[in-house]
This record gives sequence, C-alpha cells and structure tokens, in this order.
Amino acid sequence: MNACDLSFCGLRLRALGSGALFWPEAGVLCVSDLHLGKSERMARRGGAALPPYETRDTLTRLAADLDATGARVVVCLGDSFDDLGAAAALPEAERLWITRLQAGRRWVWIEGNHDAGPVDLGGAHLAELAMAPLTFRHIALAGAVGEISGHYHPKAVIRTRARAISRPAFLADRDRIVMPAYGTYTGGLRCDDAALAGLMRPDAVAVLTGAVPHMVPMPR
Amino acid sequence: MSALPQLITDWFAARGWQPHPHQLAMLARAEDPATLLIAPTGGGKTMAGFLPTLAELATHPHAGLHTLYVSPLKALAADIKRNLTGPVTEMGLPIRIEDRTGDTSATQKRRQRVDPPHILLTTPESLALLLSYEDAPRIFAGLQRVVVDEIHALAESKRGDQLFLGLARLQGLCPGLRRVGLSATVEDPAAIARLLARHPDPCAILQADPGPAPDIRMLETAEAPPWAGGGAAYAIPAVLEQVKAHRTTLIFHNTRAQAEIFFHNLWLANDEGLPIGIHHGSLDRLQRQRVEAAMVRGELRAIVCTGTLDLGIDWGDVDLIIQIGAPKNVKRLVQRIGRANHRYNAPSKALLVPANRFEVVECVAALEAVREGALDGEPRGPGPRDVLCQQILITACAGPFDAEALFAEVTSAGPYAALTRAEFDACLDFCATGGYALAAYDRWRRLMQRPDGLWQLRDPRAVTNIRMNIGTIQDTDTLQVRLRRNRGGKPLGEIEESFAATLTPGDTFLIGGQIVKYEGLREMTVEVSRDARKKPRIATFMGTKFATSTQLSERILALFAQADWPQLPAHTADWLSLQREVSRLPQQGRLLVESFPFDTRAHTCVYGFAGRNAQQTLGLLLTNRLEEMGLHPLGFVATDYATLIWGLDPVEDPAPLFDAARLREGLGTWLAGNAVMKRTFKTSATIAGLIERNRPGGRKTGRQATFSSDILYDTLQKYDPDHLLLQITREEALRGLVDFGRIEEMLARIGTRIDHVRLDRVTPLAAPMLLEVGKVPVNGAAEERLLAEEAARLLETAGIG
Repeated sequence: MNACDLSFCGLRLRALGSGALFWPEAGVLCVSDLHLGKSERMARRGGAALPPYETRDTLTRLAADLDATGARVVVCLGDSFDDLGAAAALPEAERLWITRLQAGRRWVWIEGNHDAGPVDLGGAHLAELAMAPLTFRHIALAGAVGEISGHYHPKAVIRTRARAISRPAFLADRDRIVMPAYGTYTGGLRCDDAALAGLMRPDAVAVLTGAVPHMVPMPR
Repeated sequence: MSALPQLITDWFAARGWQPHPHQLAMLARAEDPATLLIAPTGGGKTMAGFLPTLAELATHPHAGLHTLYVSPLKALAADIKRNLTGPVTEMGLPIRIEDRTGDTSATQKRRQRVDPPHILLTTPESLALLLSYEDAPRIFAGLQRVVVDEIHALAESKRGDQLFLGLARLQGLCPGLRRVGLSATVEDPAAIARLLARHPDPCAILQADPGPAPDIRMLETAEAPPWAGGGAAYAIPAVLEQVKAHRTTLIFHNTRAQAEIFFHNLWLANDEGLPIGIHHGSLDRLQRQRVEAAMVRGELRAIVCTGTLDLGIDWGDVDLIIQIGAPKNVKRLVQRIGRANHRYNAPSKALLVPANRFEVVECVAALEAVREGALDGEPRGPGPRDVLCQQILITACAGPFDAEALFAEVTSAGPYAALTRAEFDACLDFCATGGYALAAYDRWRRLMQRPDGLWQLRDPRAVTNIRMNIGTIQDTDTLQVRLRRNRGGKPLGEIEESFAATLTPGDTFLIGGQIVKYEGLREMTVEVSRDARKKPRIATFMGTKFATSTQLSERILALFAQADWPQLPAHTADWLSLQREVSRLPQQGRLLVESFPFDTRAHTCVYGFAGRNAQQTLGLLLTNRLEEMGLHPLGFVATDYATLIWGLDPVEDPAPLFDAARLREGLGTWLAGNAVMKRTFKTSATIAGLIERNRPGGRKTGRQATFSSDILYDTLQKYDPDHLLLQITREEALRGLVDFGRIEEMLARIGTRIDHVRLDRVTPLAAPMLLEVGKVPVNGAAEERLLAEEAARLLETAGIG
C-alpha cells in the first residue's frame, strides 16, 4: 500500500497517499473533511451549479481505501457533510452506498463546524471519540495530547530544484496529527499559515499526499 | 440629414478648420442602420463618429440618452469625454456628456441610471452591467446612436462578442438604433462590418485618407543587443537621447514585467531627472490616473507603457513612438505607430528597439512588411458559447425572458449569426440546471420556466452573484500589493497570485518602478516595505503576449536562408553566422532539433516555426511522448518559432517523436489531462458562470473554503466528458491554444527531413528560449522523483531521516 509510517504516542500509524490515516493495530481508518454534498449546498444558496459528482468521487476513493485496509472502524473526523441540509439531500443512491460501506464495521461521525448535529444516516454521532491513547476530534485543542484532528485542510508547498510542488498534507508532531481534507471539492490552507504554524511544534513533520506520500520537516 | 448646422460650421470656421471629407461622409450616412469608418489614428475619427450626434442634438433637443459610445478602455472613455466636452462647450450646445466605467463612483452610477446624460461613454463590461438591470428599458429609452470605437481591437476578443450581443439587446429596446464602428487600418474591413451590423443588415464601409507613410526605423545603438532577454537595458542611453530630442515619447513594451524593469533602469540612468512616468494595467488606479493627468498637462517627457496605452487615446503632443521588443504582428505595429503625431497628414515617427538579437531579425522582417503595406490577420471563428451563457444569465437578471425571442435576438448579433437552436438550447440548459448528465439540480435550478413559458431566476439572490461576475476579461488571479500598514498602507498595484505564492519574506520585486521587499500576506493583501538596496526578483506580471503572425515567421525563415545579411547590423549577422557554425539555422522544408544539457537538466529545442499556439501544442504532445518513453520531462516553453523542452533525461533520437499518425492519434487523450486545457477550461468556466471570481462580501479567501478549478475539470472529465463546458474548452483550445492545423502543416512541410544536432551547451539560437516566460509544467513521474529527492535531502538536513 502506498503509505508513510508515523510513530505516534507509541503507535504505528500509516498516513495513506489518499489522505486517509490507518491504525492497523485497531483496524481504524480515519478520514477528515469529506464535505459531501458541497455542490448541492452551493446551488441551494443561489450559486453556480457545480458538477454534482463530488460525493460519488469521494465515496469511490473511500471504498478503495476500505478495501485496501480492511478497516473495522471508520472515523469521519467532521465536516463530513457540507452542511446538515446537504446530508439530508443526499441522493438515494449515495445514501445506500454509504450504508453498504458501513455494513459490518463500526462507523463514527464526529461533528464538525459544517455538520454540527446528527444526520439521518447509520453510524454513531459523537462530538469526539476517545480510543486510548488517541482522541479524535474535528478542531485541534491547544494543549491536547494524542489528538487526531482535521478542520484546517493543511497543504504543504515544497520547493524542489525544478519547481514548487503543493499537495494536501498530514501535519504531525509528538502531540497531534492534523489530517488533510479527503473530500474531492476541498481546497487547502498552507501549513506556513499562522493558524497551523502556531499549532504545531517546531520539530513537526508534514506528509505530502499523492501517488507516493513524502515526509518532510513541516515547511514554515 | 447631411447639412452641418450653422453652429457647427461656424465653430470649424472660427478655428480656420474645415471638416474632413470622411467626417462629412459620415454625416451624409447618419440615417444608415450601420456604418464602419476605417481611419488612421489622428484622422479626426472620433469627431467623425460624433458629428451626426452633435448635428442632431444642435437642431433637435432630446430628452435622455441619445448616443452611447463604447470603447475597449476606461481611459479612452475619459479621454473622449475631455475631447468632446471642449468643442461642445465652445459651440454652446446644451449637451451633457458623462463616462461610466469600473472607475465611476457608485453615487454617480446611481444618478446616471435615474437621469442618463445625452452622451454616455462606457466599456463593453459596463454596458453589459447596465443591460442586466430591470430598468434597462427606461435607461436606454430614446437611444438613437451607438458608436463603437477601436472596433478592430474589440473584434479580436470575447469582449467584442459580448458587446455585439449587448448591441442586439439594445436594438430590441430601441428598434431605430443606428450603429457606427470606428476602426484603425485592418486587413479585412468587411469581416468587422459583419460583426457591427445587425445580421443580416448591410453595413457601408467608409475609408478615410490613410495619410502619409510612417517614418519608421530600427534604433541604432552603440552597444549591441544582448544574446537573450527582453529587457533592452542596453538601449537605455540611446532611448534617453531620443527622449531628450523629442517633446513626448511613448515607450511601448509587450509585457508589464518588461515595462517595470525598463522603467527602473531608465530612472537609474536618468541623470537629468527628465519627467518620465510608467503606466500599465497592474498599477493602482490612483497611480495610473496621476500619470494620465500629468500626461494631459504635458508635464511628462516620456511614458513607459504596455498595451493599456495601445489604443487611440489622445494624450498631448506625442511625437515619437518607441517599441521595445519585437512587434510580433505587422498590423498591430502599424496601429501602434499611428499613435504619434496626432495631426492629420504628418508622418508618424517610430523606432523599433529589438530586445535581443533574435528580435533584430524579427524587427527587420517587420520593417520590410510595413514598407510593403502587408498587414496580417487570421479570421476568427463563430462566437464562443461561454460568452453566450453569460449573456443568458445577464438577460435573466434584467427580468423574465422568452427563449424564442432571445434566440432570435442572439442570432442577430454578427458573431452568433450561424448559431443553431440546439446549440442555444444547450447553453440555456447549462444556465438553468448546469446541463449535467446527472440531473441533480431539479430543486435548485438556477433558471426556471414559469407557467407562462418565460424563464426567470429561481433565487433572486443570484442576481448579485451574476452581476459581480460580468465580463470576459480573464486576469489571472491577482493580489493587491500595499505598503505595510504601519508605514502608510499605500496601495501600489497588483501581482499574480501564483507569483505571490513563490515569495518568501525578504524577497524583493519591482512594482510601479520601485523595489519593494515582501513582508508577508495579510488577509488577501501582499504587504511590502520599500527596499532600495537590493537587486529585485522579477515580478511575473501578466502582459499581453502577442503571437507572431505567419507572415512574419515566413519572412524570418526566408531571411535565414540568405548567404549573408547586409540588411542586419553586424552583431546580429555575426550571431546568425555563429549559429550556422556551431549548429545550423532553421530552413524552410526541414526541421531543426537541438539537444543540449543546461542547468542540471536535459534540453531539447524544436524549431517548428508554426506559431506560438501550435508550438505550445507540440510541447504538450512531445512531453507526453517523452513521459511514455520514461525520459522524465519536467516542462516546456513555446515561442512562435520553437518549443524548448527540459527534463531529467536527454532525448537521443527525435525522429520517432514526429510521427504524424501517432501525434494525431494521441491528440484527444493527451489533450484531456494537460495544463493548457485546464487553463482554457478555467477561462471558459468563469465566463460561463460556473466559477465565480467575485462573491458578495469580499473576494474568495483562497483558503480551505475554495478549491482549484482543476478539480472541477478533472471531475467533469471523469464523470461527464460530453458536458457543454468540456465541449467549449475543446473548441477554444483547438481554435486558439491548440492550433493543430499548423502542426499538420509543419509536419507536411518537413516530411522526414529532421536535423538533430547534439551539443554540450546552449546554442546561440536556443539561448533566448531559456528566458521566455509562460513555462508549462509537466506533472509526471519526474515530480515524484523530485519530491523524493528533496524529501530525503530535507530529512537528512533536519536529522530526522
């Protein structure tokens, strides 16, 4: 599998090139910021009618990661839906698809700022999830330890000898991991932004997603 | 009406003037539904356009808007207002003249809608916005005439397509509307007349006396131009001498970046402190207006400028035009040099300054063409459908509409005369539902059909979004540059977002002629401080990049074939000889390919002479083949003459790369995934209203809420490959950016006659290519290899690995 191993709180975690995080020992696959239904929400609010294919594209990639890892637990780390209306408006085919993915495994929806409330889909709805030594929550808390969070959609820009390359990235230090956004219609926040630079320890690393994940010291 | 009212005859007589014959001819045709006037700059063209208006208003008092004047430039609207107000005041005519552009204040704009002036001077975008208001019928009630200035420039772009759709709309509101087009010298006036007139109305073409032939030469300098580069710094002393010897000089550049660098160097050498200004589209509006005002007052001896000053603005007594860099296109050159000596029957004086030795050849070829009066130009295809989509949305903003009537209106616009109903319906469906194979937006459709059959916006909030995104000018995303707040916070201008992304604190660049240091990004503003000590990094502003015409390319190849070059300066002749010695010169009927290492990468240069767009496509196709062959291409850059490709591994044998069948076969699939197609898609998707550049409550933050248009493109390619916007993207790319026809033509021309020259260093002819802007990256295996290398290096440095 195309993955980069991270030692974290005494665990071996695998940062996948797709932007998902896998904890093999516990069979947990974590994905963040799916933003399903984003195109529906934009159209509903009078904006442009974006190609309505982001949910199926995101689910296709998620299904592939589930197949590859055989995960027993799925943690969606918040902002899984672009808003609660978008969750309610998911087309039947896509709701059934999510149900199929949920079959036979534990599924946890963590609440995010976009989807703060229960949705009418299977799985547990939690503000946060503790699985010692890890805590899964949407937005990182100052001073937290063993924390896996999302929200910021971090991306890292690396200047190589030929050009600068920008990719969504995991940020990790000894206390926390900030996950890249997994959804198809998502952008990124450069990790040298004050919000991220201030959150991470000086010795933090970034793992760039892509065909092969690459670990580098977090660019600042 | 053909008689000039006494009032106006007296005004001419009092100045010892009399109207030009073409001005009287325009008056004689004042009742025609459409008239096109071809006249050189300075030929009293504007007066010719307005004379019928003045005559009508002098004799028949009129309430409300009488004449609408549309020009491609805001500055031109302001300029005409000044030049028209003078005579009108002197004639004592009760005529109110106002301009309305993006620079007009909101208060003034509101007042104009309630109480329109007799003559309104505006731009295509401001007109489109006016037409989107519910009260458009009232604003334009009584409108008699519309004057389209510099129509030759508009006719070449989507701004023109939008304008001609706007005229069709206006004609619906004001059935008696008469249209006048004012054009510089062009190669095919009839084509422009067809765009101007309501289809299928006739349109008379009047030709003014073209005036004396221009006095145009290449600037002689003591120092030879450099081998490469676009700065023309070598010519600074000679240019300063010319500025001193003339009253007012306009110094034209092809790009904003070049203008900035040249201006900077000019000031460093300006020991006498001559008043010299800079003017280009990236500068802050107040700065531009200050320069314009100083120019009008005759306070400036020279202005360093770009295409923003290209058109017929009459600013004082310009007696010399200097063109820095090759003119690329004979027609544009002729139009540009017409800017000097705005007095009829005085020859325009112009100097060409080649920026490097290749451009010496180009300049000589262009001078020959000007002397022969050989203008170049290629016909434009039918009106693009992305502009039509925007027009449908604009129409919907103004109120409910009938599809049948709108189709009839649209096809009365010249560019859309051949539009089929099916094509129109596809655009309407795109505007209404997104036009996706998956019908996802039944509930949230943008347009809906009412029980009475009329179409209207579902959500009235959409009006604001649509209005904020009117226009077809596609500036790349730009960020405002300001001095850091505690030092004044003065806005300096704009730079491209992609350029800003490469800056790290402490980097320096030029803007508005000063060197500034990048301090940081605050919200969406680039904060800088003044820094006079360092040499700047170069700002990669967008500038209009002209493509060299076929005619010029052919003239250059013919020049290369000569045994020696008596018409070229010795330095350039020597340079071509050197190229002939170390490699060879490109020839008609053969293809020269050079391979050499440079800057840790393998380079291959293909001299196809097929024009910039075809050379660009060739770059895409060739890098795809190289990727397949495992040679790790990294990118390429194309000029009108050649494509330079670089990668991690060298090309051993280029012949298989030019197999016509394979190139053709791969075109469809290769095109789908490349950066040029994505760039084209972004432009069309923005015009068609799928991507909103501006949102209420400030521009997009560029943070996690937004995502790249490339994602939309990839998603459509994957799930909806026949979608309207992908069709438009392919059409646009094939006609503009792809130009595969020229590649076929080149392949037929060269047959199997490919000359591969392998060298251990850059050749004289290839050197300028390395400095070309507009490099296209290739995202292939090389990227992974580079990332792996750099990641390993960084980890090692950090001691983590």
